[in-house]
Amino acid sequence: MADVTPDETSAPGGSRPPVLEMRGITKRYPGVLANDAIDLQVRDGEIHALLGENGAGKSTLMNILYGLAVPDAGDILIDGKAVDITSPHDAIQRGISMVHQHFMLVPVLSVADNILLGEEPMAGPIFVDRGASHRRIRELGDRFGWKIDPDKPVGSLSVGWQQRVEILKALYRNARLLVLDEPTAVLTPQETKEIFGVLRKLRAEGYAIIFISHKLYEVLEVADRITVIRRGKVVGSRIPDHTNEEDLAELMVGREVELTVDRGESHPAEPMLAVANLSVKDDRGNEVVHDVSFEVRAGEIFGIAGVAGNGQDELVEAIVGLRHSAGGKITLGGRDITHASPRQLHRLGVGFVPGDRHRFGMVLSFPLTDNLVLNDYYHAPYARGLRRDDEAIESYANDAIGKYDIRTPSADVTAGTLSGGNQQKVVVAREFEGDLKLLVLDQPTRGLDVGSIEFIHRQAIAKRDTGIATLLVSAELDEVLEMSDRIGVMFGGRIVAVVDGRSADKEDVGLLMATGGRESGVQPQTLEEAS
Amino acid sequence: MTERAAAPSTMGSWLKRARAVMLLPAISILLALVLGAIVIFLSSPLINGWDPLLPLKAYRSLAIGSFGSVNALVNTLVNATPLVFAGLAVGIGFKGGLFNIGGQGQFLVGALAATAAAIGLGGASPLVAIPLSLLAGMAGGLAWGFVPGFLKAFTGAHEVVTTIMLNFVAVQLVSFVIGGPLRGTGPEVTFDRTDDIGNLLPVLIGRNGHLGLVLAALVVPLAWWLLYRSTTGFEIRTVGANPDAARYAGMHPRWLTTLTLSLCGLLAGLAGATQILGEVGYMPASYGTTVGFDGIAVALLGRAHPVGILFAALLFGAMHAGAGLMQAQAEVPVQLVGVLQAVILFFLAAELVVRRLLRVRTAGTGVGTELETISRSYGEQTSR
Repeated sequence: MADVTPDETSAPGGSRPPVLEMRGITKRYPGVLANDAIDLQVRDGEIHALLGENGAGKSTLMNILYGLAVPDAGDILIDGKAVDITSPHDAIQRGISMVHQHFMLVPVLSVADNILLGEEPMAGPIFVDRGASHRRIRELGDRFGWKIDPDKPVGSLSVGWQQRVEILKALYRNARLLVLDEPTAVLTPQETKEIFGVLRKLRAEGYAIIFISHKLYEVLEVADRITVIRRGKVVGSRIPDHTNEEDLAELMVGREVELTVDRGESHPAEPMLAVANLSVKDDRGNEVVHDVSFEVRAGEIFGIAGVAGNGQDELVEAIVGLRHSAGGKITLGGRDITHASPRQLHRLGVGFVPGDRHRFGMVLSFPLTDNLVLNDYYHAPYARGLRRDDEAIESYANDAIGKYDIRTPSADVTAGTLSGGNQQKVVVAREFEGDLKLLVLDQPTRGLDVGSIEFIHRQAIAKRDTGIATLLVSAELDEVLEMSDRIGVMFGGRIVAVVDGRSADKEDVGLLMATGGRESGVQPQTLEEAS
Repeated sequence: MTERAAAPSTMGSWLKRARAVMLLPAISILLALVLGAIVIFLSSPLINGWDPLLPLKAYRSLAIGSFGSVNALVNTLVNATPLVFAGLAVGIGFKGGLFNIGGQGQFLVGALAATAAAIGLGGASPLVAIPLSLLAGMAGGLAWGFVPGFLKAFTGAHEVVTTIMLNFVAVQLVSFVIGGPLRGTGPEVTFDRTDDIGNLLPVLIGRNGHLGLVLAALVVPLAWWLLYRSTTGFEIRTVGANPDAARYAGMHPRWLTTLTLSLCGLLAGLAGATQILGEVGYMPASYGTTVGFDGIAVALLGRAHPVGILFAALLFGAMHAGAGLMQAQAEVPVQLVGVLQAVILFFLAAELVVRRLLRVRTAGTGVGTELETISRSYGEQTSR
């Protein structure tokens, strides 16, 4: 598949200069070349996707565009004129607006106040002209067929609506170029479809849009042109009609990627983890796991599928010793571990990749060395008595960094400076080592790019093949279906069905997840949400 | 081969990091001196008419008073000693995610316990009495730190509230004990105070360079070792940075919180003990000191790092030591030193302004993490 030059893509705007041109943007951070002579052109009426793995340099490029970082070299041209963008305020003045992944909204303020913040239309020297501003906000909303109530507090809106407020905010400030940083990461499938509709509408009205994502199918669906960035460089440019997911994934990662890892044959042996009649309460004291029983055998991956919030989190926390169970019994290889502490479980050979890696998995302000021995810091060879052995820790860390392909300038940088995928590799490197019997993987690939997902899936299957029992919990039904030998479907705190992972039908499992199997009749909307 | 290649680069990065960490405090100190000079100049008419050279005169005598002679140097060290202990008492708390405002109370109870022990052991040999008195001081401070630590860990009571309250309790306790059971009977007792203490810390150098100086010099590397080279210190820092991850890693956040505040109390108590046994020589019923609060300033300026705290304490100690000469020679009141301290803190806290003004672009070197600990919401629980 050949690269397309910008001229080949017919974009409306004719011979006018592109609304944005970035030329040879280079930005170096200590130890990393974040942007290496990046060229980018965005035209009016175009949705331009910026595709790349976590840490590829997309955010750095956008921070430069938005005046949050200063490039070491390169030029930014707006309407063909070179400009110097020194601050976000400056960027907004020039018609560039950014919708961040984590919204920059004040929840207690109303929709109107959030949109007006800093740009209040004045009716006089003192008072804000509320009538005029509300009228304008309603007009803006009407253009997209949105019924917006300007007086509603933003905190009471759904995530999807909050995003719309962010977009309105940008339009209210007369933005011509909208940058959306992974806008779909926080949305449900329905909301994603709707936001795509909004983007198409904006395109039709002549706005230029930069759409940042690492989700291939989204980019193919909505973009007019796709620029792929890898390790700080533009590695290719595509138009959706002339490419496909495999091609994009290969460009993004730099080698052929198996979007679905071949799970191969598994050879389940004796039951390793046995959960019997387990009940667990949440923080508020409500029982959210009821009488759950299942077994995970050595050498198999047991998946738990379920819509988030059906008791999976509490079930996992009970198994790994972070939460007391309210009743029932958990055994590991015949040994009672119902009341075992996290440290005892770690010693018994339980590895745990937590769903919230920033909360449980690592200390972001600590260097990789400390994070890699976070639960083994207290014994030999990493410590003798009270004294830590920095050399042993350092050499272990360097080994792990090589073995698990953690991309980092050194073992001494803090974990917070790594990309999400590399952070997760740190957790995996720590938890997959040692004499393991059971691996508990809670959302192990949430928010990761395709390369990291592939890597983690491969590692998990390799561990399975060495005879380790694996419990995989994920809200991504595809992940559970691709990886598991058997699947338990969780609904309302119970395991409502256990199905074979290789023969299971996605629709059937989705339906079980959405309804618990008690209602007949398909509910396509709920089903889609679930998957 | 990799090791040899790595050595210079880690050394280089270490130096870079040290420079980055010290940049902001250094700027703050400089800015404070400039602002102090302006204040001195503007107030010069109150002394001898407009005198643009007065700031220089004042700073010159301040420097001579703190570094100009052996006695001045020793005096600087003596003034820095309680600040080292009190600074560590706050700084170690910061590392453990705790804001210890109870240094004052822990100092007083430590001083009281040391005094009581020293008076009780009045007839014993100094070799017995001095170590035991110091131990008593540490134990007193430890108890005053243990209580808020335990309450924080097991009931969630916020340490800022409990340590402040215990400061008041300590003041009343000292007043009651010294005014009552421990009130002296000797001829020197003209107000509520104890008798002169017999077994004082021996003076080792200069006019008043007592044993406490040595203790302070020993405590700094010990605290550094504990925080950065021991497993317990790693646990304390992990709980401070991310209590959930600590629990997940098999640590015990509750006990570590209790331990951390107890340790803070111990250090503040040692400050009180050395101050009474080395400097004052008796304990008054109302002991006026701000050492516990100065410790917060020292810990912030020293970025909660033991070595940083040592230098910050030396700086503040020097200013205290030289203030007298400054007032005598330049007629600038000693209170200027308080102004300088406050302004240094102000610039540290207003780091963003300083960065903007001077276009400093080093990342992550501000007092942000310590301030975060200070302002962390009251409802937060360390452990479940």
